[in-house]
Amino acid sequence: MSVIKTFGKYRNLLGELVKKDIKLKYRNSYLGVIWTMLEPLLTMLVLTLVFSELLGKGTKDFPVYILTGRLLFSFYSNGTKAALKAVRNNAGMIKKVYVPKYMYPLASVLSGYVIFLISLVVLAVVAVVRGVYPTLQLFWIVVPLAQILLLTLGSGMLLSTMAVFFRDIEYLWGVALMLLMYTCAIFYKIDSVITGTNGWIFKYNPLYAIIVNFRNAVFGQAPDFQSMFYATAFGAVLMLFGTFVFYKQQDKFILYL
Amino acid sequence: MSEMSAVTVQDLGVKFHLSEQKVDNLKEYVIRILKHQMRYKEFWALREVSFDIKKGERVAILGLNGAGKSTLLKVIAGVLKATEGKVTRSGVLVPLLELGAGFDQQYTGAENIYLYGAMLGYPKAFLREKFDEIVAFSELGEFIDVPVKNYSSGMRARLGFSIATLVEPEILILDEVLSVGDVKFRKKSENRIKEMFRQETTVLFVSHNLAQVRSLCTRALWLEKGRLVEDGPVEVVTEHFEKATTK
Repeated sequence: MSVIKTFGKYRNLLGELVKKDIKLKYRNSYLGVIWTMLEPLLTMLVLTLVFSELLGKGTKDFPVYILTGRLLFSFYSNGTKAALKAVRNNAGMIKKVYVPKYMYPLASVLSGYVIFLISLVVLAVVAVVRGVYPTLQLFWIVVPLAQILLLTLGSGMLLSTMAVFFRDIEYLWGVALMLLMYTCAIFYKIDSVITGTNGWIFKYNPLYAIIVNFRNAVFGQAPDFQSMFYATAFGAVLMLFGTFVFYKQQDKFILYL
Repeated sequence: MSEMSAVTVQDLGVKFHLSEQKVDNLKEYVIRILKHQMRYKEFWALREVSFDIKKGERVAILGLNGAGKSTLLKVIAGVLKATEGKVTRSGVLVPLLELGAGFDQQYTGAENIYLYGAMLGYPKAFLREKFDEIVAFSELGEFIDVPVKNYSSGMRARLGFSIATLVEPEILILDEVLSVGDVKFRKKSENRIKEMFRQETTVLFVSHNLAQVRSLCTRALWLEKGRLVEDGPVEVVTEHFEKATTK
């Protein structure tokens, strides 16, 4: 059966899995989906307090700067962590019923993406409150929004495959994410840390390349086409590689789960 | 594979790697590679198994524990990939392997109907239409809105059975499932399966209950240590099997 035909048959399952992730996440919390917005708002407040009040680096729109970086990074971080565990957590089903296995990492990334899109409402509100108003450049926001999904999916496919065979990938990935977080310029401006020799850290970090253009769109600046191209190429290659590895290994999953 | 075949199995072999000590983390793996200590024990769960099942045939699979019965069913169901040989099947297949294995524990029975139904590849509109029928057949009543983690194993099996047998499958795989629920539900599920039999469904059936096998099946396959020992009419094979195992 062709891939497209199979996907058509299990499209309903993808929807159900995404719905399940979101539903169960908020089922027992009193505030429900409000948490999606409250959580980034609270972290933004903490970060703004620390970096602008205590360290005195802030401008009026600094909270918007922090929030843009933080929202993208936490989607990437949560999405890849969820995808990493997706195949393992569904071991019971994988062993009993035939379902295209990529559904599991795909669904966990997509459910994170839905939550991420909802949380953008917070960004809109904070931006207006802090005097950052939309311009025509805002239309460019669709590019980083698509790129971050591609990058997360690609990483997720690769990680979920590796996690089947090696359980400690989960902890290694946690460390890698920490490193990534500090090189994404979420709560500092890069011109305050660049010394001339360490610029490559930001130049080659695909997640930072996405954040840059996301910020450009929000702050009404023209896109940086070089990072835009780099992030797209990186995401596409990673996605192809991740999918390839997943497909090559998926028949062995059942033997290791 | 001829027009009339439902399932064809050719020289099927399934090999498992049993690593002597289970290595499931990167640290161990790297250390072992460096010390040249990665050793696997090979184990063939099935080897050189061939048979052809015609449409409408009802086939029992006999064998002691560990003979490869469940492995065979899993390969036919598409869950497990064959190491060598070929398996071809035609038609809608419904596997009744461990009912309710795909349930989410936090989800209610009602939500699980949609989830498990989707997993079996049913469209949403179809599930919505059949929802009441499923609830009625499962006899869960108001428990349908309770999370599945609070169900008894009988209740879980009843719900699983009701969802899985929703469509008339062309190939039905039954792995020890006719012993679900209480006496009343067992009777009901047996009737439902017998109904399917009349509609020329191909059935693959695993059971240790030989009386049940004789009453339901027309043909039997006898597996021993992953190899096909005998393939023939159900009376003959069950008799030989009984003689061999009771002595």
